[in-house]
Amino acid sequence: MFGSSRQTADNLWTLIAPPTIWAFHFVICYVVAAVRCAPNTGPFEAILATRWFILAFTLVCLLAIALIFRRSVVEWRGHGSGTVNDEDNPTARERFLEFSTILLAGLSFLAVVFTALPAAFITDCR
Amino acid sequence: MSNAQIEAARVGTFDLSDPATPNYPDPPPIQTIGASHVDQEDPAVREAQAKRLIWVWEAPKGWKYWSAVNNTEVGVWYTSTAFIFMLFAGVLGLMVRVQLAVPDNDFLTANFYNQVYTLHGTVMMFLFAVPIFEAMAIILLPEMLGARDLPFPRLSAFGYWCFLIGGVFVCGSIFFSSAPASGWFMYPPLTTQERFTPGYGADIWLLGLSFIEVASIAAAVELIVGSLKCRPPGMRLNMMPLYTWYVLVVAGMILFAFPPLIAGDILFEMERLFNWPFFDPERGGDPMLWQHLFWIFGHPEVYIVFLPAIALLAMIVPTFARRPIVGYSWIVLAAVGTGFLSFGLWVHHMFATGLPAISLGFFSAASEAVAIPTGVQIFVFLATLLVGRVIFSVPMLFVSGALAIFVIGGLTGVMVALAPFDWQAHDTYFVVGHLHYVLIGGMLFPIVAGLYYWWPILAGRTLSDRLGKIAFWMMFVGFNVGFFPMHFSGMMGMPRRVWTYPAGLGLDLPNLVSTIGAFVFAAGFLVVVADILRPRGHLPLAKRNHWNAGTLEWLSEPEDKGWGVRSIPIITSRYPIWDQPNFIDDVDNGRFYLPDAEELKRETIVTSVLDAKPLQVLRVPGPTFMTMWAAGFLGAVFIFATFHWWYLTIAAMVLATGAILTWVWRGTAVIPEKHEKDVGRGLSLPLYVSGPQAVGWWAMFITMVGDGTAFLSLVFGYFFYVTIHAEFPPPGIEGPGLFWPLAALAVFALAWGLAFAARSLNKAGSVTSARLAMAAGGLAALLAGAFVLLGPHTTGLDPVTHVYPATVWILAIWAAVHAAVGALMLFYCLARSLFGHLTPLYDADIQNVALYWHFMLGTAFVTVATIAFTPLAT
Repeated sequence: MFGSSRQTADNLWTLIAPPTIWAFHFVICYVVAAVRCAPNTGPFEAILATRWFILAFTLVCLLAIALIFRRSVVEWRGHGSGTVNDEDNPTARERFLEFSTILLAGLSFLAVVFTALPAAFITDCR
Repeated sequence: MSNAQIEAARVGTFDLSDPATPNYPDPPPIQTIGASHVDQEDPAVREAQAKRLIWVWEAPKGWKYWSAVNNTEVGVWYTSTAFIFMLFAGVLGLMVRVQLAVPDNDFLTANFYNQVYTLHGTVMMFLFAVPIFEAMAIILLPEMLGARDLPFPRLSAFGYWCFLIGGVFVCGSIFFSSAPASGWFMYPPLTTQERFTPGYGADIWLLGLSFIEVASIAAAVELIVGSLKCRPPGMRLNMMPLYTWYVLVVAGMILFAFPPLIAGDILFEMERLFNWPFFDPERGGDPMLWQHLFWIFGHPEVYIVFLPAIALLAMIVPTFARRPIVGYSWIVLAAVGTGFLSFGLWVHHMFATGLPAISLGFFSAASEAVAIPTGVQIFVFLATLLVGRVIFSVPMLFVSGALAIFVIGGLTGVMVALAPFDWQAHDTYFVVGHLHYVLIGGMLFPIVAGLYYWWPILAGRTLSDRLGKIAFWMMFVGFNVGFFPMHFSGMMGMPRRVWTYPAGLGLDLPNLVSTIGAFVFAAGFLVVVADILRPRGHLPLAKRNHWNAGTLEWLSEPEDKGWGVRSIPIITSRYPIWDQPNFIDDVDNGRFYLPDAEELKRETIVTSVLDAKPLQVLRVPGPTFMTMWAAGFLGAVFIFATFHWWYLTIAAMVLATGAILTWVWRGTAVIPEKHEKDVGRGLSLPLYVSGPQAVGWWAMFITMVGDGTAFLSLVFGYFFYVTIHAEFPPPGIEGPGLFWPLAALAVFALAWGLAFAARSLNKAGSVTSARLAMAAGGLAALLAGAFVLLGPHTTGLDPVTHVYPATVWILAIWAAVHAAVGALMLFYCLARSLFGHLTPLYDADIQNVALYWHFMLGTAFVTVATIAFTPLAT
């Protein structure tokens, strides 16, 4: 079972992968918009290309987070779907990390959507 | 003598000059039989073990007490110093309230008022809120992990002395009426130009606090390695006390939040001292860069303050609900999620600066999103209390007060996270009300709860229930009376930081009420202080595990023994004292690991990250004055620089380097007298580990991540200038050229290769070739540093004329200084090898230095790519 199939061996890095994707997405969105709008010579010009880029990049990031979410859900179910995970064995530790990854992936997915929303509504550099 | 002979000579000798053996009189007899082979049930054996452990872990006596480095001593100094600074800043806060109690007041002059509120904010944030986290973690973390000490006790002591010196320097300035007077975030150009802010105020703020940031980063290194590598055997990641999760997250945040401020401080001080125009728009600079760098630090800092305090609640709530926490994973989600999201909020302090709406939108969205994980932990606490059987007590009183106040602060936070609302409330007392609700509810109340809760561990006796209740109600009522009206005075338009206001604007009553409330609150806090200070010698000792808690810190005995734990336990539960049968008895009778200090050395166990499998017996150094000297000389560097005494600054720099080298030479990577040690229960562990398994390697890695963040903040500054200028470099100014930067990069690569070769050759046993590589690598590093400076020098870039040459110079200087440090490290390894402290088998020094050089090569590459190729690209 554990460690024998094509499963990921969870650790602290896999745990923080979803919020790291959020951070990456956030920085890219911010930098792309900031560079487009600086120096702000034409505040009323539409920034369509920037917004399309943010949409596309957002979808890529959401897909990546969704894959992590799916991966951890599948493995977590395979390990018995526990939410308490306080037993003293490596499977409980693995299940704990998987469940925590599921939660963080959910939060990160939502946060990426949040971050992208301004680009859906704001059309220029004002 | 060959290396093999030196190593052979060491084995079996007993060496009192080892830093892990304290230099105390009357050592008890050593034990030559391993812990697995003694009869642990024999009281005479146990007594001899206890005698050795006590002798080894005792604090020094007399005036030498101040050379202590053990976490209990340093933690207590750290905590009390932070509280003293807090009381000082509290008095400043009351002075502000007296001044504002009535309209047109002249209790303070306008200038002195500016100093008072600036210092109030600065001291509360930098000298209380952040250090108290480090202080409490230094005390509590090893206790919760059943460790004898943190992995780098001397680093903790060094951090404490830095904090004390820097803090006294910053606080003392107000007695000479030369304290900083421009608000705790020091916005330029008000603060960078002498004509607006004459005197030393801004310099004292910058240099004093930069120095303290060193202490914070030192603590972050200590706490990350402590929580990942010094857990007791069996404490897997899913068993860690929640406090440890928070400490890990917060220490990680410090690593990414403080360096941008250090980078900002460097730019700021270069402008104030040498007129380099980083924030001067007339010469291409931009004050906005400071705001960015300050708040990239400043907003995560709020969570750096808040999360450790919430961590205290996560330990207190289960104890009084009499059950394990509900939703352990959800707390981990909250801690990690908040840690990340808090880095996407910084511009919400800059909503009124005229940034494009789309930028504001991103930060507004993240500011709303962070409410989700923050709310999750509140619901986890409520759920735990609902399903448990709650025992009411003074700590719980403060916990409930904290939650009530913090929720109000959180809700006003969601309000000001919306840009349109913020434009109305920005820079008014509404924000003052909001931030005090967040910080006092989210940080001060939990800390007082923690004081009442953990006091039996610290002092062996309990604090008074009666005084605690009186203090709570005075603080809770006083706080709300004091700070709630500020929301109204703010919405009526009262700006922050005003010295006084005219009568008849409707501000008279709310301000008077605020002042009365603030004094009631302060009186309540004084009750806590009185309770702590009152003599308690005649009272009986508290019983062990006073609150019947389940976590390891409650193993501590009312009569402090200094050793941390009698033996290092094997953990199979989140709440071992509740769940593991016969647990306390087994620990006390030394039936677990390391029940003895056979060779009279301070030792603790290092384990693996995921499952806490035992890996090593780590010998930790004992008392020394060297850390105090190092902190003193480093402090002198910053203080002399404040007053522009350059020769003294350079002299102090040399002395500080010498002190640090002496400390490292004597205290680290000591070759043990044998390879392995019997730790009991039939387990033998190595005494010396190098490379990625070693705590020293981790410390280097973590330090360099922080260092890299500071460097990237400077690079961010460079590209910030690129984006705001239509042409960068500006027309008519030549870049540093291609030749010298590329030559520098080539020599840097050579030095990196030599450092790497030195490591491999040494490991392979070719000691002479390794020494040659170290010497050549050190020389190459010096040459590379010189080359990188020659670029801007030969093309005549003058940093005073425009921000472009100034940023090029700052990046080049950064790389050159790091090259010099890299050279020093290689020469240090050479000396260690020549003196027999670095051998093919015991090679921690060169392993760590090779790691440094990986980061160094990255720094060199980014520097050259930025300064040499960006001009070409544009």
